Parts: sequence; C-alpha cells; structure tokens
Amino acid sequence: MKRIYAREDLCLGCRLCEIHCLVAHSKSRRIISAMTREKGQITPRCKVEESGQVTFALQCRHCEHARCLEACMTGAITRDPATGVVLHNADKCVGCWMCLMSCPVGAIQRGREGHVASKCDLCQGEAAPVCVANCPNEALLFEDREERKK
Amino acid sequence: MNYLVIGNSAAAVGAVEGIRSVDAEGKITLLAAEPDHTYSRPLISYLLAGKVGPERLDYRPADFYEKFKVEAKLGQEVVAVDTAAHTVATKAGEKFSYDRLLIATGGRPFVPEIAGLAGARGAFTFTALDDARRIDQYLKESAVKEAVVLGGGMIGLKAAEALLARGLQVTVVELADRLLSTSFDRAASELLEAALERRHAAVCLGGTVEKVIANNGAVSAVSLTGGRELACQLLVVAIGVVPNVEFLKSSGLKLGRGLVVDDHLRTSAPDVYAAGDVVEGWDFLAETKRPLPILPLACRQGRIAGCNMAGRDESYLGGMPMNAIEICDLPTISVGLANASGEPYEVLAVRNPERRTYRKVVLRENKIVGLILIGDIDRAGIFTGLIENKVDVGPIKHLLLAEEFGLLSLDSEYRKHMVSGPGIEV
Repeated sequence: MKRIYAREDLCLGCRLCEIHCLVAHSKSRRIISAMTREKGQITPRCKVEESGQVTFALQCRHCEHARCLEACMTGAITRDPATGVVLHNADKCVGCWMCLMSCPVGAIQRGREGHVASKCDLCQGEAAPVCVANCPNEALLFEDREERKK
Repeated sequence: MNYLVIGNSAAAVGAVEGIRSVDAEGKITLLAAEPDHTYSRPLISYLLAGKVGPERLDYRPADFYEKFKVEAKLGQEVVAVDTAAHTVATKAGEKFSYDRLLIATGGRPFVPEIAGLAGARGAFTFTALDDARRIDQYLKESAVKEAVVLGGGMIGLKAAEALLARGLQVTVVELADRLLSTSFDRAASELLEAALERRHAAVCLGGTVEKVIANNGAVSAVSLTGGRELACQLLVVAIGVVPNVEFLKSSGLKLGRGLVVDDHLRTSAPDVYAAGDVVEGWDFLAETKRPLPILPLACRQGRIAGCNMAGRDESYLGGMPMNAIEICDLPTISVGLANASGEPYEVLAVRNPERRTYRKVVLRENKIVGLILIGDIDRAGIFTGLIENKVDVGPIKHLLLAEEFGLLSLDSEYRKHMVSGPGIEV
C-alpha cells in the first residue's frame, strides 16, 4: 500500500505539515478558524521531531501487523479491507490509551478533540495526504515501496 | 474444513479474523456461553458509569458474524470436550464436531472464601456484561450509598471509578501495600491513591475483607483485617481472574496454571488450539509460561491460532504484561517488569509532584525491560517497542526520561527501520 515516508535530509522542520494536518482535520477546514477559534481543540496527527540538525515528520505507519489494532479494546481501530489503511473511529473510542501504549513509533496521541485517541488517516477522501501535498521541500513522499521492492 | 470456536471475545474474534485471512470458505461455528453479540469486556465499567450506552459495547460491528460467514450459536455453554471423537458437548445437550477446535473461553473471576459472602445479596464480581447489568439493577432498586471494592487491580479500580460516577461513597480494599500491585511500585500507587482520594474515594491498603455482614440477606457491612468495620450496601469482589478451564478437567488436555499451549498455540491434543486468557502463554521477559490475561495478547494469539488452524505456519513469540488504564482522569501505563529492582536491574525514574507525573524505566543489561508512566504517558509505545525489540539503549540512557524523548533519540538505523517498516529499508 501507499505510505508516507520522510526524508530526513530534506526536512527543514518548518512544521507546515502539522499545520496543514490540523486544518484538514478541523471542523471549519479553514486555517484562520482552525488556528484561532478551534485552537487547542484539534491535534495534528503528524509530529515533527527535531534535534540539532536532524528533523523529520512522523505519522502512523499503517503497519501490516498493527499493534494498535490488536490492542484496541473497543473496536474503534479498524483496517479498511480494501485499502489497508488503519482507521480510528472517535465515536467508539473511550480514551483507554492501549493503542498509545502499543504503537512502537509513538504515532498515536491523546487527542484534544475530546477524550479520545488521535491518529493519521492518510487524509481519506483527498488525492494525497495534505502533509505530503504541502511539504515545500518534498521531504515527505507518498508511495508504495512494497511495489517498488518487488 | 470445519472450524469450531468456543468463546466470543478478543481471542475468539481474532481467531475468526485469522481463519478468514487464510480460508475464505471453511465452515466456522462459534459457541459462546453468553447470549450477547461480541462485546468489549473492558467497556462494562464505562457502561456501569453511564459513560457509554449499550449501543457502544459491540467489539465488532453488528454484521460481523454474517460478514465473516460465522454461524454464531450464542448462549450455548460448552461443558465437555472429547478430543478423541473431535466433538464438544453443550449444557443444552447438543453435540458439535470439529476438524479444528479453538478454545478461547477466557478467564473467570476468582472468589476467595470469605465468611458470609456466599449468597449475600449486593455482592458481585465484575468481569461480564451481566455483572454490570446486575449491579446497575441493584443500584436502581436498593438504597445503596456506600460500596466496598475488594481488590485494587485493574478490574477493581475500574469498578470503583464507575461506582464513584454513580454517586456512591467508595472504599477500595487491597491486600498489598499498593494499588495495581503486580505492575506498580509505591510511587506510582501514591499518585493513583491521590487521584481516587480527590474524588472522595477511600483506599485501604494492607488488609482484606474477613467477613461479610448481612442484614436480611443483603450486604450491610464488611469486617476488615484488624477488626475495622465498614458499612456498605454493595460489595464488588475483584481479586483477579483465573483461566476458565473447569470444563476441561475431564478432557485430558494438559493443564498448568492455564491451558498449556506450544509456540503455535496448539494444546496437547491434535487439532485443538487455544488462545487468550484461558492459556498459560510464554512471557518472553520473565522467560516462563504463565497466564497473561490482557486483551492485546488475546487478540494476537487468536489471530495466530486462527491462521495456524487454517494451515498457515505462524509462531507466537510470547508476550509481556502491559496495561494502560486511566482512573479518575489520571492516565497510567505499565509495561513489562515494571516493578523489578535490585541486581541485575537498573532503575531510572523522574517524579514531578506539581504536575503529578512519574516516569520510570527499568533496565537489564542496558535493555529496557520495564516501564511505568503516570500522568505523562505520551509516546509510551516507543518504549514498548524498545522492550519487544530488545534494543540496547546503553548509549541513549540519559535521553530516555528527557522531556523531548522521541524516535529522534534513538539510533538512526533502528529509527529508519521502525519508520520504514520491516523489510522496506530506506
């Protein structure tokens, strides 16, 4: 499946990915409202890590054997059988944090949208995830590396 | 192929999904003692608290059995397994045959001998949906003001939290010197006790309920170690769970502390597999076989057993204890040998009393083997991954409990491996 890959050597650490992610998952879907009225109530689902010269953006890996999926006690986390995308249903989540405990890359956050987990959904419905589409330095790629490997 | 699954929770559901990932056509029959659609067992405390309604309990969607072509026979308790004849018998007297059998009957609450407990109205265990329904009913029809929860483990604490939400005065009674005694240390327990006490719950450590006092057959008080009496109209016994293997005593299947399985989750009889809380599984940290009744492992074991039943060859590499639990708005996580100390263990810990946080990492030969996070639990999974992957963290020890700890703190090769996924290196 197509996944997002970061290129550490090209990432500037500008955090535009976080902002676009936040806006795309806001109610208003408008940057001003998202950054003002909805401020503090939405969580970016990608996270830029920064240390000295190295920076990169990280989101859910949509793992083949997803630890979060087997740890989810409510059934809120599911895999789309057609696309392989690991999805989180906030309406079923109770914020038990079993997924957060299980994700080996630390890509699941306690969401501010309510007492529920928050994770990347690869921007369902968009042609490409907004973090990838809006990265000014092409430090994020959206590609199928399993295919490439074959 | 004729598959028979006994059970209807995480392990059974995982097995159905595992079987269907390999075999789209084989016949699957599922037998469950409880009459309900597969539900999330941990959610019963949220139901009792009134935080979720019955419609949110489903562990899988309403069309799950249909979609996975499962003939679900709910409310059919299995009372015997005949491994020679490849049949199981139900309480109602029906017989079912199998080519491959999965036993995923989970655990049952352990209830100690306590004077006056047997038959007393207002005393409950708390592991099944029916327990939550019965307690709810009791709260509605009896004048309950005070409750005692015996046992300060996961189930006891979630029960206590739910009863607090129902407006009761709650006391948690725990025999050990701390709450969540199998995974927490004193420092972690103290934060949890404080969180409970802020909600006006009481915590009694180092004692147990010696005697249940009834009035007209209904619980009216309990007598604790040392003679102290606590008035209560409701008692929840939550000492722990044990593998539900009673019905297997005559089956000849090898039993230890739970149903004994090999690394493919096969039991001692041909074509019989087992998964979940009923088994004695491999603990790769303690390097021993023991029951590890936690949902993620049940689900994983179920999936692997299901795949193997359908002819794939997949090993179960073992698990470790791990739990995330939030009590009275205090999120906590514990993983692995969280309580180990002394040689050969090294303990790193940071406490922040103002923020009510505590973070602790236990190392053995420079590898993380245990974790406790209280209050600040973000990115806990990175630690879990480091434990599972047995990563040498010697060079980054000083970064483990730093504020900005993340994937960037790790060796770049490990990081790239994690981020790219196994087999797809950058």
